[in-house]
This record gives sequence, C-alpha cells and structure tokens, in this order.
Amino acid sequence: MAQVSLEGIRKVYPNGFKAVKSTSFTIQDGEFVVLVGPSGCGKSTLLRMIAGLEDITEGTLKIGDRVVNNVDPADRDIAMVFQNYALYPHMTVRKNIGYGLKNRGTPASEIAAKVEDAAKMLNLTEYLDRKPAQLSGGQRQRVAMGRAVVRDPALFLFDEPLSNLDAKLRNQMRIEIKALQRRLGTTAVYVTHDQVEAMTMADRIIVLNAGQIEQIGTPTEIYHNPASTFVASFMGAPPMNLIEAEVADQQVRINGYDGLMPAPGSYAGPVTMGIRPEDVELDEQGSVTFRVDILEELGAHRLLHGAIADQPFTVMVNKDHDVQTGETRVTLKPDALRLFDAETGKVL
Amino acid sequence: MADTTLETPAVTHRPRRIRWETVGDHVVLILGSLLMILPPLLALTTASHDAVTIHREGLQLTIGDDLGKNFHAAMLEKGGFTQTVDGTLMLMNSFILGIGFAVGKIIISMMAAYAIVYFRLRFATLAFWMIFTTLLLPLEVRILPSYEAIQKLGLTNTYTGLIVPLIASATGTFFFRQFFMSVPEELAEAARIDGAGPWKFFIDILVPLSRTMIAAIFIIMFVFGWNQYLWPTLITTDESFFTLVRGIKQIVLSYTDSQIPEHGQALALAIVAMIPPVAIVIFFQNWFVKGLTESDK
Ligand SMILES: Nc1ncnc2c1ncn2[C@@H]1O[C@H](COP(=O)(O)OP(=O)(O)OP(=O)(O)O)[C@@H](O)[C@H]1O
Ligand SMILES: [Mg+2]
Repeated sequence: MAQVSLEGIRKVYPNGFKAVKSTSFTIQDGEFVVLVGPSGCGKSTLLRMIAGLEDITEGTLKIGDRVVNNVDPADRDIAMVFQNYALYPHMTVRKNIGYGLKNRGTPASEIAAKVEDAAKMLNLTEYLDRKPAQLSGGQRQRVAMGRAVVRDPALFLFDEPLSNLDAKLRNQMRIEIKALQRRLGTTAVYVTHDQVEAMTMADRIIVLNAGQIEQIGTPTEIYHNPASTFVASFMGAPPMNLIEAEVADQQVRINGYDGLMPAPGSYAGPVTMGIRPEDVELDEQGSVTFRVDILEELGAHRLLHGAIADQPFTVMVNKDHDVQTGETRVTLKPDALRLFDAETGKVL
Repeated sequence: MADTTLETPAVTHRPRRIRWETVGDHVVLILGSLLMILPPLLALTTASHDAVTIHREGLQLTIGDDLGKNFHAAMLEKGGFTQTVDGTLMLMNSFILGIGFAVGKIIISMMAAYAIVYFRLRFATLAFWMIFTTLLLPLEVRILPSYEAIQKLGLTNTYTGLIVPLIASATGTFFFRQFFMSVPEELAEAARIDGAGPWKFFIDILVPLSRTMIAAIFIIMFVFGWNQYLWPTLITTDESFFTLVRGIKQIVLSYTDSQIPEHGQALALAIVAMIPPVAIVIFFQNWFVKGLTESDK
C-alpha cells in the first residue's frame, strides 16, 4: 500500500511526439483513481510510465517514499492488468497466477497456498488446471486479476481491463473489481475511455485531453462542476448541453431570448452556456422554446433531441411524460447553469 | 446440426453421375504419384538381386532372392578403402549431421530472432536485413573461404567442422522473427512485471510458445542436413566420418581389387538413406502444418 506522486512528469516519444505534457498529481494510499479521456490522449502512456514499461522523459515519480524513475518494473511492487489480459497461453491458470511469485523465489508450498487463496477470492478454483484458451472472456479477466492480486502489491495498474467484455459482464466485473480493491485496500490506477466506468468506480477521476490534465475531482465534482467544456461534453451520457450565449447586465441571453437568467458573477461578453439534459423541465409557462425532432426511448427515461434557437439541445424527461415532436416550452433550472469562456472553454 | 434429421426424408436417391473432372484429377494425381514412386521402387526391386545380375542386365523390375543378404551386407559388412566402415556407422554419422544441423540452426536462429525482435538494438533492422541477404550467399558460393577457414582451424574430419559452418540460418531467423513479432507485446511486459528477466522470458515463455514452429523448422532442417553432400565431401576425408549420402558412392561402389561394384548393396543403402527423412515428414506432418500455418497465442 502506498501513495503515488507524479511531479512534472512528461513523455516525449523517440519520434518527437509529446504524448504527455507536464503533469503533477498525488494519489492517496488506498485510493482508486481513474484516468479517463478520449482515445490517444495519453492515458496508457501515463500508466505505462508508472509501471516502468515506458521511460519517463522528465519529472519525478514516487511510489511510497521511493523515487522509482529508474527502477525496473519487477522491483516497483506493482501489478498490472492488461486490456488483452496477456495470460501466458501455454501455462495453466495455476501457473499463470503463480508465475510472478515463482520468479521471486517464493517457496512452492507458499505459492500453492497463495494461488489457492486468490483463486477462491475470484471464484476460479475449479478452473485452476485449465489453460487460458479453455476459459471464457470473463474468466480470463479474472485470471488476470488473480495474477495481480496474488502478489499483494503496493499498487494496481489497470489498462482498460473490461473493454473486451460484453456489457452485462462488464457491469458485473466493474463491481467486483471495485469491491476487491476496497477489501484489499490497495492503491489503484485504472485507465478507461468509458465514462460510465469512470463515474462508478472512481474515488477520484482524472480527465485527460491531448496529454494534459483537464480536471481532477470526485465523480460528483466532475459531473456537476466540469472545469471546461471538454469535461462537460466528455463526461455524462448524454453529455451536457452546450449553447452559445451572451452575458450582459448580469443576464444570460441565448440568441433572441431576452433576459433569460440572472448570470453568476460579473462577467460580460460571449459565453458557452452548459446545462445537463436532466436539469431542463418541460413547462407550458417556460421561457424558452424547444423544438423536439427525435424521441429516444431509454426505458426509465426518454431523451428528446432537438434544438433551441437552432443550436442542438437534448432534454431528458421521466418515462411518464407524454411528449410529441414539435415545439414545446421548457425551463432551465437556474442553479444548474454553468458558464464557460467562449474562447478557452474554461469555466467562468 | 439439429435440423439435419428433419431434412433426411426429403433426400431422394439421385442416380450417381460420374463426374469427369474428378476422374481427370485422380488420373493426373495417380500418374504423378506413380512417376514419383517408381525410382525408389526400382531401387528396392533391384536391390534384391546379386551384383552380377545387376551389372549385366541393369535395373530389375522383379523381386530377386538377395534382398536380405544385400541389406545385411550393406549395413554390417566393413567396406571402403580402409575396410573399417559399415552402413551402421554411416547411418549414425548421418543422424549426427542431420540432428546437429537442425538443432544448431534452431538455437542460433531463435536467439538471433530474439535479439532482433525484443531488444532495442540500434541497428536491429539493418542486422536483420544483413542476415537476410546471406540467403543470396549459399554455401556453394562461399565454399572456398569456408573450407579455408575450417582447415586453418584444424577442424577437418571432426563433427564440429562438419556441422558448425552450416548452422547459421537466414531462413530460420526469418521464420522465428515473424513468429516473435506476432506474439503480443503485452506478454513480454506482463512477464517483466512478473519478474522474469530476458533469459527467463525466453526459456519460460517464448520457447514453449514456439514449439510447433520449432518442430516445423526441425523437420525442414533435419532433411536438409541429412541430404548435405558437397560440404561433407570436402571436409571429411577420414572414412569414419562419412555420412550415408556420401558413403554410398565412396564405400560400396569403389572398384577395389577390380571386383564388380556391389550395386545391390548400394541400392539397399540408398533405401536406408531415404527412410529417416520420409519417416520424419510422415510422422510429424501435423506439427509441420500447424507450425507454419497456425499460431496459438
Ligand atoms: N511508441 C510510440 N511512439 C510514438 N508515439 C506513440 C507511441 N505510443 C503511443 N504514441 C502516441 O501517443 C499518444 C498517446 O497514446 P496512448 O497509447 O497513451 O493513448 P491512450 O490514451 O491510451 O489511447 P487509447 O484509449 O486508444 O488506448 C497517441 O497519440 C499515440 O499515437
Ligand atoms: Mg490505451
């Protein structure tokens, strides 16, 4: 168990590509941190630098109190779960899980006992003598977990471990991984591009964009107070509505709509206004005209896709609202409004 | 699968038509096989006659009485200039050459491919292509310098001199390189995190993963080594190092004491020389096909 700290870590690949720009953050002991961001934003690169599989171009990486920049992955006291599991195909599950211990010179009887324990914890006992090819995707995933757990490392690293599973299994494994991490109390860094995984598993989320941290925060913070339009549109399904507007005299105006809302702060000028689809209410007396083009049925909810003043807009309503396509009126909850700088996209 | 039972009643007995393309295919294949099998067959039938008959009448199509005698003599009777070499010794030499050649080639080319694929060598690609271009320089082209080197090292008439100069293998390196490149990178990384150093990763993971590949290359190389003629002829002058392929001519067919050469024995030895490569190919066919086409990673 350990605290992990990154100070000014950068990564420039040999071909000159700057995959990670100077980043600093600290992960607390026992914390479950999720790195999330679009494809190619440098999540894996960052994780692999922590693992020691990729050289750190600049900066200081500490696991516990030890600077590990130049420590071999085997000696960093970490375990990693890969997207394709990377199980040794010719070894049985038992050998796969025990391989790391064997290489560290653990006595055979102790390996056997630890493997049994890990297998029991992951419901793998009956598969111990099978080869990976004879297992289902979910079982392979569990073996990969077993390989990580059995060594009782200071830090778990996960690189999109669930992306090869079907939706149902993914939900189940998500919960299992989180529960396991809770129980063992091991610090974990988890990479995903699935924002649902990020929201449900994380103690804290780090949102990355183009090699840079956009925001660090708890899932609630990230969801309710996104630091930028990027975070607002990346997190949440459906994402936050972003509409061009103007602030003048402490009032927000969307195009033709006059004096719509009192604006927070004293800013004046063009802004991007954000609001979550569930923070909009259908209301005969509403101040804004919303044109509904498409209805999307989600079961418990219904998504209405359309436009406000020709800017795309989505509203989420409860299933018992009976809605037709065409024009209706809506109210935007004032305290749910977020304003972003129209140029930089940063929150105001 | 489940529906087939439902459809069975609907199948009517159509009159069986002869499909001429199929017949044609078979005729061609059968003729081809006959053509290929004829020489070994002739060798076998001829080997069952005595030397005089063969010398006078040439190849025989019938089975004679001397088959056992000829094989016995070929394998166990001492022959050659020094009268110390028999077929069994030559057979053993052939096995030493074939196996040494194949094993040596596999070890060398696996290690070369390992270095090229897994280590960030500065000139790995260049090194690989240099190894690859040696395909353009087969032994026959560089035979004089090779001989010179072995002779200067005093390795003529040794198994080392017979085998070592032949084991560098561009083909083997190429096949192993392709195979290693298809092994997912994460496997090496997982092993690294699991505390396996380069040597352990090679032995514990790469070698077992490559076993079908190794088997396939072993078969090719064994047959190739077994059939070497030019190099053994140059490098071994001592008859006790003769292999079957070269010994047939030198030992049995030598005109000692103005006798009629033992054609029957020579053909018997030729058959013996053919058996191991054929047997290996037949028995390991499955491995062979698997190794070259399939990969279980
Ligand atoms: N070895 C390399 N050499 C040069 N550039 C690289 C190398 N590996 C990755 N990159 C680049 O670095 C960037 C970040 O890659 P990385 O694998 O970290 O992305 P990611 O966030 O994990 O994406 P994904 O969600 O698709 O896995 C990408 O633009 C990629 O093209
Ligand atoms: Mg990645």
